[in-house]
Amino acid sequence: MSRETLAAALLPSPVPVRFLAEDGTRVDEHGAYTEPPSERLVEAYRLMVLGRRFDIQATALTKQGRLAVYPSSAGQEACQVASALALTEADWLFPTYRDSVALVARGLEPGEILTLLRGDAHCGYDPAETRVAPQCTPLATQTLHAAGLAHAMQRRGEEAVAFALIGDGATSEGDFHEALNFAAVFKAPVVFFVQNNGFAISVPFEKQSAAPALAYKGVGYGVRSEQVDGNDAVAVLSVLDDAVAHARAGRGPVLVEAHTYRIDAHTNADDATRYRDPAEVEKWRAADPVRRLETYLTTENLLSGEDIERFRAEAETFAAGVRDTLNADVEPDPLSLFEHVYAVPTRQLAAQRALVAAELEAVEG
Amino acid sequence: MTEISMAQALNAALRDAVKDDDRVLIFGEDVGPLGGVFRVTDGITADFGEERCFDTPLAESGIVGFAVGMAMGGFRPVVEMQFDAFAYPAFEQITSHVAKLRNRTRGALSLPMVIRIPYAGGIGGVEHHCDSSEAYYTHTPGLRVVTPGTPQDAYDLLRDSIDSPDPVIFLEPKCRYWSKETVSFTRDGAAMDRAVVRREGKDVTLIAYGPMVATAMETAEAAKAEGWDVEVVDLRSLSPFDDETVTASVRRTGRAVVVHEAAGFGGYGAEVVARVTEQCFHQLHAPVLRVTGLDIPYPPPKLERHQLPDVDRILDTVARLQWNDEPAVAGA
Repeated sequence: MSRETLAAALLPSPVPVRFLAEDGTRVDEHGAYTEPPSERLVEAYRLMVLGRRFDIQATALTKQGRLAVYPSSAGQEACQVASALALTEADWLFPTYRDSVALVARGLEPGEILTLLRGDAHCGYDPAETRVAPQCTPLATQTLHAAGLAHAMQRRGEEAVAFALIGDGATSEGDFHEALNFAAVFKAPVVFFVQNNGFAISVPFEKQSAAPALAYKGVGYGVRSEQVDGNDAVAVLSVLDDAVAHARAGRGPVLVEAHTYRIDAHTNADDATRYRDPAEVEKWRAADPVRRLETYLTTENLLSGEDIERFRAEAETFAAGVRDTLNADVEPDPLSLFEHVYAVPTRQLAAQRALVAAELEAVEG
Repeated sequence: MTEISMAQALNAALRDAVKDDDRVLIFGEDVGPLGGVFRVTDGITADFGEERCFDTPLAESGIVGFAVGMAMGGFRPVVEMQFDAFAYPAFEQITSHVAKLRNRTRGALSLPMVIRIPYAGGIGGVEHHCDSSEAYYTHTPGLRVVTPGTPQDAYDLLRDSIDSPDPVIFLEPKCRYWSKETVSFTRDGAAMDRAVVRREGKDVTLIAYGPMVATAMETAEAAKAEGWDVEVVDLRSLSPFDDETVTASVRRTGRAVVVHEAAGFGGYGAEVVARVTEQCFHQLHAPVLRVTGLDIPYPPPKLERHQLPDVDRILDTVARLQWNDEPAVAGA
């Protein structure tokens, strides 16, 4: 392949890939991408309903003081759910702090997902068993881990993929660029999925990047790139399925940018009215991914009113379970502070452990 | 047996580790066909193939972050940072991830990896090539930080570091790369985590590590002329710190001087002084003193002789230990 042909093959679609208009009607803006099977779309819808309810529940729990903080992904359900659905159990997911709904969709226990934000432990689930890395708070650092792990799996002959989630702000970080470059050079089976939700805390996209779209950033590294309407679940699932298949087939990494929007503030500690116009939020509410998919599936007779009621009821039960789990007080063991700092404990830590143990005994005694 | 240099000892350790364990991989900038700018990885790619020792893009954060993923995937990466100050772009990966992953995941994921950093001065290097960055790493819980002072320790410590289930910052004193001794490749496994008494003496303990071990040994020889019998402790492991060996020595001698190349203010020596003072106060005949680099950015080559602690500066400091007022009592 000539350099020109290669560059052209890496370029994203000039407009975001889209199957559904905002009103849920089918549009033909998807190029060669094919619509995922209907049962996959219904499953995506079910998980999006569940995810939205989880998000609302978690936000409520911050107001009750049960969670220290919660970064909502309301409005990004299509991206969140498709991230989980595109992967098999053998694949590794590298989420950020905002990707709790992706973990719900992956089937992790809500109580284990929320231990980080509740303040019990940095990571409540077992990453080795679930193949979900700890939710990453530093920006873009986990993209390199995903590239390295993808390379490791490739060397071992595992046909598994690493899937790294980041936001638009993280694409300004050096690690994002180093990860794209490493992944491309080593032809590592990794998918970088950017959820461009318009803001890095308060900084709008225009001040984050001058690129026509973040998807173009892959081309310079030799990484196949794509952009997709992030509020169109059909499109996101189709594009991510394709990206994962590309990586799994050993054809190298893929960068996908989803154009979406963060309906809520950065976290409950943030006042979004200071940096954005409420009219803009309203405009994006009209592009709601859950309603869009619901309208499409209903129109196509793939989803009945009964199904919708059943999914909503399931989501209610799920939310009640989240509430019950989070309302139970769990006091982490102070002596666990000294566990897992080193595989081989140091003498200094043993002495400090004895100090804290003595303090605890004095208080309890 | 022939004498080999520290660089050759490190090369032998890497070769033996690659031979003994399929999971060990060496990578970084220039470590492949070139063999590293200091030739520490010389010939490894040729002998073991690019699968085991390979060049990466020039990006230190990338090298370390990629190694984190490789270690999560079951390998044991040994990466090179080429020069001390070049490691700073990787600092976030080291402090936020390498040091913490085991703790964050409550033991579910471990990172058995070694980050080799040629460090410190004395080679006439230009700026950004001679930093002593040990305090940044020793201040980070979750890391082990080691530095050899001799070719034998270079071999033993690197083998131990590669076998360690914990991540290790392996600081290689550049100015000692060419120092030679006869090296035995039968490991006793005692180097990791343990300081060693490099030379016995009864009047004062010089505590040194890495590039300053040889200088401390020279000082001990020179001190004989003053009538001082100097003991030299080589820390080898900066984190964890071997209190036992150090305090046993200082309790015997009653006097101590800590020597390092890094800037003194907020430096590693302050930690050593504090620990020795806390644990040996009643045996001390004088305050524990430090001889360190100046509190300046590492100077240009023509001025570095003023920066580096030398025999004279150390002897002058030893002389400040109120020597004639109250002789140390052996075994006190």
